[in-house]
Amino acid sequence: MPVIDSKTLEHHGLSREEYEKILEILGREPSLTELGIFSVMWSEHCSYKSSRIHLRTLPTTGACVVQGPGENAGAVDVGDGLVAVFKIESHNHPSFIEPYQGAATGVGGIIRDIFTMGARPIALLNSLRFGPLDDARTRGILEGVIAGIGGYGNSIGIPTIGGEIAFEDSYAANPLVNVFCLGIAKAGTLVMGQASGEGNPVYYVGAKTGRDGIHGATMASAEFDEQSSEKRPAVQVGDPFMEKLLLEACLELMQTDALVGIQDMGAAGLTCSTSEMGARGGTGIDIDVSRIPQRESGMTPYEIMLSESQERMLMVVRHGREVEVERIFKKWDLHAVSIGKVTMDGQLRVREGDAVVAEIPNGKLADEAPLYDRPIETPAYLERLCSLELNALPPLPTTESALRTLLGSVTVSSKRWVYRQYDHMVRTNTVLPAGMGAGVVRLKGTNRALAMSVDGNGRHCYLDPHLGAMLAVAEAARNVACSGALPIAATNCLNFGNPERPEIMWQFTRAVEGIGEACLALELPITGGNVSFYNETDGQAIYPTPVMGVVGVIEDATRVLGRTFPAGESAILLLGSGRGVLGGSEYLKTVCGQVAGSLADLSLESERALQRLLVELAAAGLIQSAHDCSDGGLAVALAECCFDTGSMGAELMMPDGGGEGRADAIDASILFGEAPSRVLVSVTDSDFGVVRARAEAAGVPIAAQGRSGGDRIRISIAGRLLLDMSVVDAEVAWRQGLERFFADRAA
Amino acid sequence: MKFAIVVFPGSNCDHDAYHAAKHVLGADAEFVWHKETDLKGADVVILPGGFSYGDYLRTGAIARFSPVMVPLLAFAKTGGPVLGICNGFQVLLEVGLLPGGMLRNRSVKFQCEHVYVRVEALDTPFTCVAASGQVLRMPIAHGEGNYFAPPDVIETLEANRQVVFRYCDARGAVVDAANPNGSTSSIAGLCNEQRNVVALMPHPERACELAVGSVDGLVVFESTVAALTGDGMLRTG
Repeated sequence: MPVIDSKTLEHHGLSREEYEKILEILGREPSLTELGIFSVMWSEHCSYKSSRIHLRTLPTTGACVVQGPGENAGAVDVGDGLVAVFKIESHNHPSFIEPYQGAATGVGGIIRDIFTMGARPIALLNSLRFGPLDDARTRGILEGVIAGIGGYGNSIGIPTIGGEIAFEDSYAANPLVNVFCLGIAKAGTLVMGQASGEGNPVYYVGAKTGRDGIHGATMASAEFDEQSSEKRPAVQVGDPFMEKLLLEACLELMQTDALVGIQDMGAAGLTCSTSEMGARGGTGIDIDVSRIPQRESGMTPYEIMLSESQERMLMVVRHGREVEVERIFKKWDLHAVSIGKVTMDGQLRVREGDAVVAEIPNGKLADEAPLYDRPIETPAYLERLCSLELNALPPLPTTESALRTLLGSVTVSSKRWVYRQYDHMVRTNTVLPAGMGAGVVRLKGTNRALAMSVDGNGRHCYLDPHLGAMLAVAEAARNVACSGALPIAATNCLNFGNPERPEIMWQFTRAVEGIGEACLALELPITGGNVSFYNETDGQAIYPTPVMGVVGVIEDATRVLGRTFPAGESAILLLGSGRGVLGGSEYLKTVCGQVAGSLADLSLESERALQRLLVELAAAGLIQSAHDCSDGGLAVALAECCFDTGSMGAELMMPDGGGEGRADAIDASILFGEAPSRVLVSVTDSDFGVVRARAEAAGVPIAAQGRSGGDRIRISIAGRLLLDMSVVDAEVAWRQGLERFFADRAA
Repeated sequence: MKFAIVVFPGSNCDHDAYHAAKHVLGADAEFVWHKETDLKGADVVILPGGFSYGDYLRTGAIARFSPVMVPLLAFAKTGGPVLGICNGFQVLLEVGLLPGGMLRNRSVKFQCEHVYVRVEALDTPFTCVAASGQVLRMPIAHGEGNYFAPPDVIETLEANRQVVFRYCDARGAVVDAANPNGSTSSIAGLCNEQRNVVALMPHPERACELAVGSVDGLVVFESTVAALTGDGMLRTG
């Protein structure tokens, strides 16, 4: 018997209290294999031990919800007898250690979560955060991550149809890679990840098990330090071709009724898939590791159970249907191996030949990890940062110069250099070209389309995690509504620092509360998601970064709207109210070099009214384009509506000025201040009156009016011209903002 | 008439080609699994885009050994029309039905975007109803589409008018700035000497419906129908 000392526990990321609980469950000292199994299942990454009590407060039910949290992915009814299965997940830690494979396997993992449910994956999105690009190492990480995402998604043939990227100092040593996947299944055909039926065989299929990724889940549950590059062996290597074979073979198998349950081997590999399937089914699973296909010789049961080798699936099939199952996998040149059977004793029993090497109750592993209500404390920085004295700002540049700076900033600029590396058209469903707004795919065989968007703003959440998280929900839903789709459900990826620090836990709890409030008000049930803690290096945490993924339905795919003004002149309306504020804005950061101030408030009622109005106007064909005012405020939004139109300009007139304080700061907040619930739409002259009347009836104010045309971007207030810039100049700055960092490699 | 769409395990544009042929064009279409040894009586064969066998070694390198290559080679030899799209082009190069090879894009990156190509030859079963010099807007999506062949091979291709599509700008001018991947002589598509085997890197099947942004690729499929149903006698010259 190995002696389990404090060093062994530390190596496994287990506390003394957790170890006591293990002793209590087993009634004896665990073997090293058993300790390893507990350590990964009870890691933060797998057990959600710091977050679970808070996540329980989120709204998860709604008329459209077919599957809420707890399965491999959530599912919602999208009409015409179809359900959409979707989820977002992080792969932050591995992507820092090994950017290409870290990002690639993140894509592979989320795709498996979707097809495991019996859905064919049809769209990918991603949300990425990096440090400043003037650092060569960061450029290398970004290039690796983008290539990895593309390398996997492009090969497997699932289009990457959208996403977002932002840059802040706090992500320099902790980049974020969050990947969203959505799949489609016929209603009533979803497959669950549970083991049932005594004696039913347990099958292993896919890549062989190697020593890669051992303790990956534990790695993702700790901070980084200067020794982090030594963790490279904990990153897995992706094989998109293997995953393509698995995807097709599994979907083919699911057409039969030979399958009882299935789960992919993601984090914590074989350990997680066996114990979770057993726990969900209330059953035991008995496996023999010597039957597991192995890539290298001499692997111990410990290593086999903890390996995170990619592209592997665990299945329970009906007894007597083995030949049929094996035949389907053989067609795809895959070898499905029976490794054990379902039992009724609730135990995860791991054998090596005849010897039992681990025996632990599934339910204890999967559902009874320790839960922590960690202490919280308001961070000290908040008081210092929250006050912003506009009169104390340095002299501000001209509005034209500021707009050029903002458009050329890496966060605002065109992301063409990125999305050009993603196959965003394969499967011929992509209705809205990449870079035009939310990702929109049509559903062949119906008139419908689905829109989806991922959004978050770490800087906002750093200044106010509660409001910042609400703004993220509102923005993701607004982007979906701008395409003409009714937002119906959400998924979230919560990226934070070390939860053992009370101020990080404060950020987390405030953000979760904000998400809950906003999702409740906007009727967006959360059907699943992911928490990524420990995004810290040498004690420096990332900005708190909750990323929201929102899915919406467009009943008539021909009514999809994009960001750009249509050819020819048209009327423009700014729907919504309220002037933006400079607090926490891209302007304040990029132009003034400050991260401070209070964010603009969000009225969930106004936001909801605006989104419903957009959907109604789009469905009636009354608006030609819609674009929300986000990073960089109104001026950037207006400019973006003009880009990709052949440099057609636009003019916007606001009725009143006012405000007290420095004139240049007031002008800057009108043009570049940020506030939610504001959308620029274009309307034909003949529909102008109807649109105005519908807005009034919906209680949505019209803050400004204007026209597209000409070749300049102009904004005036009460007759005074605040901004006057050539579209061509503006568009050049916008196009080159990101690309210039990679100019030596551009084609 | 019937289209056969060959499915390698890593094909991922097979359903797109099928959709274009069957649902947009209204033709008969059937998938042919790579392990099959006959083409199910098809009149035209499409090798679709994707990553045939993962393509970790070299794009299309392993596909040439698949069982379906036997009937495909026989079909091509007897003049049957074969269209290779993207990975299908790479496979046709590896199997020797077309000369030359593919290098990585000169950007050293995967590129997915709309490009323009000019139709350079009308006497093939995939271009016979196009207009001379017609400019088509179609997407590319590849990492290795930088066509290369030694000067003498290029010379022969040009002399035989085997270049079927060339990258160009929106007005049809063949200029380097409009060459997305660095292909020699801006070659986007080729045919064999008998002119029945045609391949191109852009994706005509992704440009068959306005809903997805372009219908310029339809002419490729319509040409096939015209060529095979006889009312589009192959024009020479």
